[in-house]
Amino acid sequence: MATSTPTRDAHTPPPSGSQRKPVNARRQTWRSRLWRFDDKASPYAYIAPFFLVFGAFGLYPLIYTGWIALHRVEMTGLDRMEWVGWANFDRILHDAEFWTAVSNTFLIGVMSTVPQLLVALGLAHLLNYKLRASTFWRTVILTPYATSVASAALVFALVFRADGGLLNWALHFVGLGHTNWANGHWTSKIAISVIVIWRWTGYNTLIYLAAMQAVPTDLYEAASLDGASRWQQFRKVTIPSLRPTILFTIVISTIGSMQLFGEPLLLEGGTLGAIGGNEHQYETLSVYLYNYGWNLGHLGPAAAVAWAMLALLLIIAAVNWLFGRFVRTSAV
Amino acid sequence: MTITSPTQAPGSVLPAPAVHRAPKRAGRFRPGAGQQLKGGPFAYIALAVVGIGSLLPLYWTLVAASHTQDEVLASTPPFLPGGRLMHNLDAAWNQAHLGKAIVNSFIVSSCITVATLFFCTLAGYAFAKMRFRGRGALMTGVIATLTIPPQLSVVPLFMLMSDLGWGGSLESVIFPTLVSAFGVFFMRQYLSEALPYELIEAARIDGANNFRVVLSIVLPVARPAMMVLGMLTFVQAWNDFFWPYLALNQQNPTLQVALGQLSASYTPDQSIVMAGALISTLPLLAVFVLFGKRIVGGIMSGAVKG
Repeated sequence: MATSTPTRDAHTPPPSGSQRKPVNARRQTWRSRLWRFDDKASPYAYIAPFFLVFGAFGLYPLIYTGWIALHRVEMTGLDRMEWVGWANFDRILHDAEFWTAVSNTFLIGVMSTVPQLLVALGLAHLLNYKLRASTFWRTVILTPYATSVASAALVFALVFRADGGLLNWALHFVGLGHTNWANGHWTSKIAISVIVIWRWTGYNTLIYLAAMQAVPTDLYEAASLDGASRWQQFRKVTIPSLRPTILFTIVISTIGSMQLFGEPLLLEGGTLGAIGGNEHQYETLSVYLYNYGWNLGHLGPAAAVAWAMLALLLIIAAVNWLFGRFVRTSAV
Repeated sequence: MTITSPTQAPGSVLPAPAVHRAPKRAGRFRPGAGQQLKGGPFAYIALAVVGIGSLLPLYWTLVAASHTQDEVLASTPPFLPGGRLMHNLDAAWNQAHLGKAIVNSFIVSSCITVATLFFCTLAGYAFAKMRFRGRGALMTGVIATLTIPPQLSVVPLFMLMSDLGWGGSLESVIFPTLVSAFGVFFMRQYLSEALPYELIEAARIDGANNFRVVLSIVLPVARPAMMVLGMLTFVQAWNDFFWPYLALNQQNPTLQVALGQLSASYTPDQSIVMAGALISTLPLLAVFVLFGKRIVGGIMSGAVKG
């Protein structure tokens, strides 16, 4: 029946129907037309759900954010929009708190991403040895990935608590002083970075491990024949082979750190969480957006923050791209 | 980094899918290569330290959830679980609508998982095995959506949900997450290797239409990958915090939202908060204990087969 299936697939065998007797010419054309339509339309039908859902709940809101950012919209009356032009952008760009949030987001991003990826690289190297119970180790290291932001942030909030916190107790035990972790500018950022590092190191470790296992063995053989030590093999063979994966984890981590929300929101909870600490010392852009839109109820400035985040993201993407080019050209 | 999807893999930066993957346990047969050296005691000690670090916060959640707040915050905190667990669980259950929240979380996560599996397998199959105009560009579009943080669209999304009459209801959390770019990508990678063209052609010659092929050939072949994607999606949906926290309210929360609200109340009792955290984590830990190996394998395969 596959008389005239014009599949452009190289693998499709030549039409086999030519040997068969045409049963009923009219029926045949109708069927083959239907068949051809099925072939043409099916792929689009299969990918349509993704694009429809993304269009309705991702792309359309993304663009509409720009329109809202030029209006006054309050949480109390969502259907009333009043044109204000650039006022919302003016408002956030002249708000010191906004710039604090930008720098906090950036600092926490660096403080959590860099150690996280370095540790993950080392761990992946260890896991790449022949080990007893290797699956057990991989699973244990991935366990934090199964916890939610909320539970992780809350238990670490207990650990980092000023009074009765586990960490301060341990520090006191070894004779180090008392620290009010959430209060300090650096200590609060360290606390949040620790939560992020705890949750995501295992995940990145597995990504690196997978990439390491794809490195051809002959490279190591050649290196060891040339008398390279293990450390030299790691530096001269493993790291260069992993370069694309490393770049990829940097991109993903950077995008992720732009979004930090639960960790700062719940570090102290309550009203302090919504403003990122008494001096906004750990307020991230997401928290700032939440505070404007959902705490204070001004959705216009919140939408302007979203566009500022987009601009930042594009800047970071450009830097990443340049960095990638730099890495590639300096590789030789 | 709070990754919102178990994202990986813009294809451009990863090894091509054609990368030869060694068969399982191939390590044994490799000649004495540097990377297959046996791990010495140092490796085990280091892994043990990291492993303890990974599990300690979870253990501390259990300890804190089974004492009174005063005991937890005492100058010498307790190290073993106490006897107040039931009391605290009960209090958490009553204070934060946790009963309703757990049901809501199951509804939301199940709906999202089922829909994601179905739609992503369909789309993944189309991208892996079907030829059509604009395929490359559309796939690039799918991957590009991975890089858009949800923060950029929450304000209009919130207004849209209110227009649709879904303000504060579970639909507002379910619908935006019915598909995932990562899922499409993951299924495409799997199917392009695991599904031979011959199988599809044979079915076509037998007169099966395209959808019939999906039902009787693609879905069975895709099952292992669907298991992995299903677990990753469920974990993801269960743990999602940002959008549900904005979209839902105190009366109708998911577990994570309830947990966030519990701690945002004026003077939260830390033991009760920890009991809530325990309730929200236990189902996933159970999934992990049962399927940890598969999840690990899934993350690793998703990463390499970029």
